[in-house]
Amino acid sequence: MVWTLKDTIGAEILETAPRVSEFRRFRRVFFGRGVVIFGMAVLLVFIFVAIFAPFLAPFDPYEPTLGKGLLGPSKEHLLGTDALGRDTLSRIIYGSRTSLMIGLIVVFAAAIIGVSLGLVAGYYGGWVHTVIMRVIDALMAFPMILLALVIAALLGGGIKNVIIALTVGLVPVYARLMCGQVITGKENDYIMAGRAVGASNLRIMIRHLIPNCFPPLIVLVTMMLGATILAEAGLSFLGIGVEAPIAAWGSMVSDGRDYLLRAPILSFAPGLTLMLVVFSFNMVGDGLRDALDPRLRGVLTTAS
Amino acid sequence: MSTYILRRLIHAVSIIFLVTIIVFFAMRLLPGDPILLLVTATEQQEYSEEQIIKLRHEFGLDKPLVLQYFEWIGGVFRGDLGVSILNRQPVIQELWRRLPITLHLGGLAFIIGHIIGIPAGIISAVRRGSWIDNIVTTLANLGITVPNFWLGIMLMYGFGLYLGWLPIMGYTSPFEDFWLSTRQIVMPVFCLAIFPIAGSARQARSSMLEVMGQDYIRTAASKGLTERMIIIRHALKNGLIPILTLAGMGIPIIIGGSVFIETIFVLPGLGRLAVSSVINQDYPYVQGVILLIAISVVLSNLIVDLAYGWLDPRVSYE
Repeated sequence: MVWTLKDTIGAEILETAPRVSEFRRFRRVFFGRGVVIFGMAVLLVFIFVAIFAPFLAPFDPYEPTLGKGLLGPSKEHLLGTDALGRDTLSRIIYGSRTSLMIGLIVVFAAAIIGVSLGLVAGYYGGWVHTVIMRVIDALMAFPMILLALVIAALLGGGIKNVIIALTVGLVPVYARLMCGQVITGKENDYIMAGRAVGASNLRIMIRHLIPNCFPPLIVLVTMMLGATILAEAGLSFLGIGVEAPIAAWGSMVSDGRDYLLRAPILSFAPGLTLMLVVFSFNMVGDGLRDALDPRLRGVLTTAS
Repeated sequence: MSTYILRRLIHAVSIIFLVTIIVFFAMRLLPGDPILLLVTATEQQEYSEEQIIKLRHEFGLDKPLVLQYFEWIGGVFRGDLGVSILNRQPVIQELWRRLPITLHLGGLAFIIGHIIGIPAGIISAVRRGSWIDNIVTTLANLGITVPNFWLGIMLMYGFGLYLGWLPIMGYTSPFEDFWLSTRQIVMPVFCLAIFPIAGSARQARSSMLEVMGQDYIRTAASKGLTERMIIIRHALKNGLIPILTLAGMGIPIIIGGSVFIETIFVLPGLGRLAVSSVINQDYPYVQGVILLIAISVVLSNLIVDLAYGWLDPRVSYE
């Protein structure tokens, strides 16, 4: 793109270096890899299915039907039925709602809490930093899934408690990222300039530091959506997650275990769907990272 | 150097203390009562109000929380982790009995994961854009995604139930019956090794690619070294250092994975103890298992940090 502009005396100046459009650069890098486009497509389908589940599901996912248990795949029941005669496909479709809802709530709740903690710790430094980050380090000293397991078991199962447990497990990840970002970010000249013109601490944090950390945060949110959905499935698999009649992929894999020889598809199908969705979140996260900030390559990992 | 190590040690110990405090108080402050669970679990016997109070007293659960914590942590220093509420076994004995099983499983997964993953990542980076690279990258991306509980069940179905090649559950010590032990542990180890394989392949690939773009690699090439020499003599040395971080992070992930894998394949290790004691809210067991996990995670992080400084002279100890 080459454009001209008039200088003060009205002569045309040719801009020698064409300005790179940030958006076009982003689009080119982001959609440059086939696997990222694939992931994006899967996620769009996933969100669409979750929203329109009642219209898409061929059967009621909760209504047991006598005499129709453990049917194999057929034209009527594309993925067969479970032991209670419920249509597996319909249950997977409704399971997407459970996954997406829990994933979104947990990731954003943890982001708000974690970002605030990391921001405060990184900005004020000193003993505030020491206290907050020590607790964060302690929470990270054992696997997130185990932390969530302990909390979920103590609170008792159910969607609300799973959300609380996973949020607590995820907060440290955001806090640590944010704290590191802020510690380097606050040394920038524009922060000094902000302070020089009398901006308050709160204003500097909200108006300047947070927006500056958006690229890594967006990447982290995307990747953690996948990790959270996986962790929720794990809790439900162990029987400490989403409670019985509600369709959740993790508990479907677990239920299918008892009928592996007769109907392996009962475990296979929901697990494969889960994997596909988590894979897509990871790939889109990878794509976003490459497109938003190539320096971040290898800094963030998808460890769950 | 030695003050750095000392400072890191103090930090590590303080983290472990914090973990014990958080877990101890979280368990007692959140709803859930092991005594009530115990009382409702044994149906043959009706418990009277006084008996429940007596039970609570027996396990010291009626004392002030802070006092309970100090009694427990005092016991830890004497090697006494308390007694299980549910089966009244000494916790430390149970941990010692189960630790070798989890170490066997997790250790093998860790070693195999890196032995396969790192070379795969290096080859993939050296042959960037080739079909080998494409296969390794795709498999690695799938490998960091696959839910290991699902993979476990699918393997169990395929190799255990359908083909009948491998036993689907149980654990035998390798010193007792090596062949049976190996056959039993193949699938669990594979499930746990998937993440280290995929993770270290991805990390090895990206850090090798970064190193290959450095000036000193071009210098080495321009003075006429063969590609093989450049990779072995120059690229590997720096390229493999970041893998240390990932290896350190792999330990909590393997421990987290063993929770599922030990449950699926019915291995009597620490992971299964963690699940069952958390469900039964058996405080002493949960505290013991978490303490052990926290110690191993913090220690492995410490080792990674120290190894960094040893391997990479650019890292300075402030």
